[in-house]
Amino acid sequence: MIEGFTALYIFMLSAFTGYEVISRVPVILHTPLMSGSNFVHGIVLVGAMVAMGHADTTLEMVIGFFGVALAAGNAVGGYVATVRMLEMFKSSTRGSK
Amino acid sequence: MSTVVQIVYFLAAVLFILGLKKMSSPVTARGGIVWAGVGMVAASLVAFLEPGVLAHSTNAILIVVAIALGSAIAYFTAKRVAMTDMPQMIAIYNGMGGGAAAAIAAVELVKVAGSGHSLDTVIMVLAVLGGLIGAVSFSGSAVAFAKLQGIMRKTIRLPMHQIINLVLFAATVIAGFYIGFGDHVSITLVLAFFIMALVFGIMVTTPIGGADMPVVISLFNAFTGLAVAFEGFVLNNAAMIIAGTVVGSSGTLLTQLMAKAMNRPISNVLFSSFGSDSGAAAEEDIEGSMKEIEANDAAIMMAYAQKVVIIPGYGMAVAQAQHKVQELTQLLEERGVKVKFAIHPVAGRMPGHMNVLLAEAGVEYDKIVDLEEVNPEFPTTDVALVIGANDVVNPVARSNPDSPIYGMPILDADKAKNCIVIKRGKGSGFSGIENHLFYADNTRMLYGDGQKAVGALIAGVKQL
Repeated sequence: MIEGFTALYIFMLSAFTGYEVISRVPVILHTPLMSGSNFVHGIVLVGAMVAMGHADTTLEMVIGFFGVALAAGNAVGGYVATVRMLEMFKSSTRGSK
Repeated sequence: MSTVVQIVYFLAAVLFILGLKKMSSPVTARGGIVWAGVGMVAASLVAFLEPGVLAHSTNAILIVVAIALGSAIAYFTAKRVAMTDMPQMIAIYNGMGGGAAAAIAAVELVKVAGSGHSLDTVIMVLAVLGGLIGAVSFSGSAVAFAKLQGIMRKTIRLPMHQIINLVLFAATVIAGFYIGFGDHVSITLVLAFFIMALVFGIMVTTPIGGADMPVVISLFNAFTGLAVAFEGFVLNNAAMIIAGTVVGSSGTLLTQLMAKAMNRPISNVLFSSFGSDSGAAAEEDIEGSMKEIEANDAAIMMAYAQKVVIIPGYGMAVAQAQHKVQELTQLLEERGVKVKFAIHPVAGRMPGHMNVLLAEAGVEYDKIVDLEEVNPEFPTTDVALVIGANDVVNPVARSNPDSPIYGMPILDADKAKNCIVIKRGKGSGFSGIENHLFYADNTRMLYGDGQKAVGALIAGVKQL
């Protein structure tokens, strides 16, 4: 579906998008943001599922299994960690906890 | 069916980018992560409809088991971890993503080796590259986690460490080259390639000291993004390409910002260890002596000040003193003292980490100011209160070109009318460099554990 140069264009445009989106982030959000972008590459789960789905030999299945488990950990851990950090910023009113 | 899958992937990619964009403001940040989360759930659900995923029932069951297992472990660890330990958790979740990308590459390459059907050369090269980067990110992040968690305390440097690394890297690349361009790929070669890549990740990270770890974690975060993008090309998955590349580029920018704030070029972080080349050259005689102050006197000084700037460092977080600091702030404000928090870009262990810790204690974020904003204010500040920070207030960064931290932007606490430093003992900071601020005429030292010292200050202010 994605032919050579189309893929290259997607790559290039995404790279600029990432750069632009981040460049306007204030320093106070850098750690939550790093955690958030860490969550976003949890999309690797989709790929790990596909790889595991067409694994044939035992070796492929073992590697695939670890791949899916690790990817799920990346996505879920990244999400929970980010939400917990951002909850801290919920209110600028006094006494939030 | 495949159109549905593609549409959902497309929407997920849009949600990821919008989510990251929303995270650029404290007001909308929480919405941002939720948007990205919706995209992730949708994408992983439709992934089951991808051709082949549910083809073999054993594989399908194993996929569900693996997802349940990985999610459960990550969920409980992420829920439990203390805010101070967040950086190493980010490192480990990031490493998991890198490991997953490497696993995808491994499955595809082992399949090629087993069947003898080679893929397109471009695809093979991208699979190898993604596998290499992902594996390095995986093992490297594990080392970063071990270091920050305190499991691995020592900075290990083998003799000829750089040369060993270079040889190892060359061997890995040659193996990758053979896999990518060779006619016949053996399973042994593929496995050897991944093992070498994993060892290389460990070897590269072990000599790096704790102070430089945030930069390394951020770099590995960008690495994982790139690895995910490359495997996205291999699997023909646009969502992975877009999300991975966006993280790759934004992570690179974030790494640069951090390295710049620490005045440590990324190449220095990776190829030399902090402080190893400083030593005697930076030592010079320091005029004056450290002068101690009692908590009550310090409390009086602050209570009758007009403007107090608090400079928190990682030491404050370790001592869990942020709640006490907030209590002190409220007391002082009731007396009409203007209180601000000055945050160095690398205070805490990552940019923004200190802000999270202060936010947790209930400090409003409009009271928190960054370096450029606060430095011109120090001459009109009555008291600068330094809690558990050291190198980021060391004036030698401005004055002594021989110092390893020379040129690093610092908070000019020495320019305040008075400076109170809360410190556990008389030792030097993370970098081992003597701090001239502590010897200055207008500086007073308040020794003790951060939490107890601030508690004593609170008691002192209350008595007035």
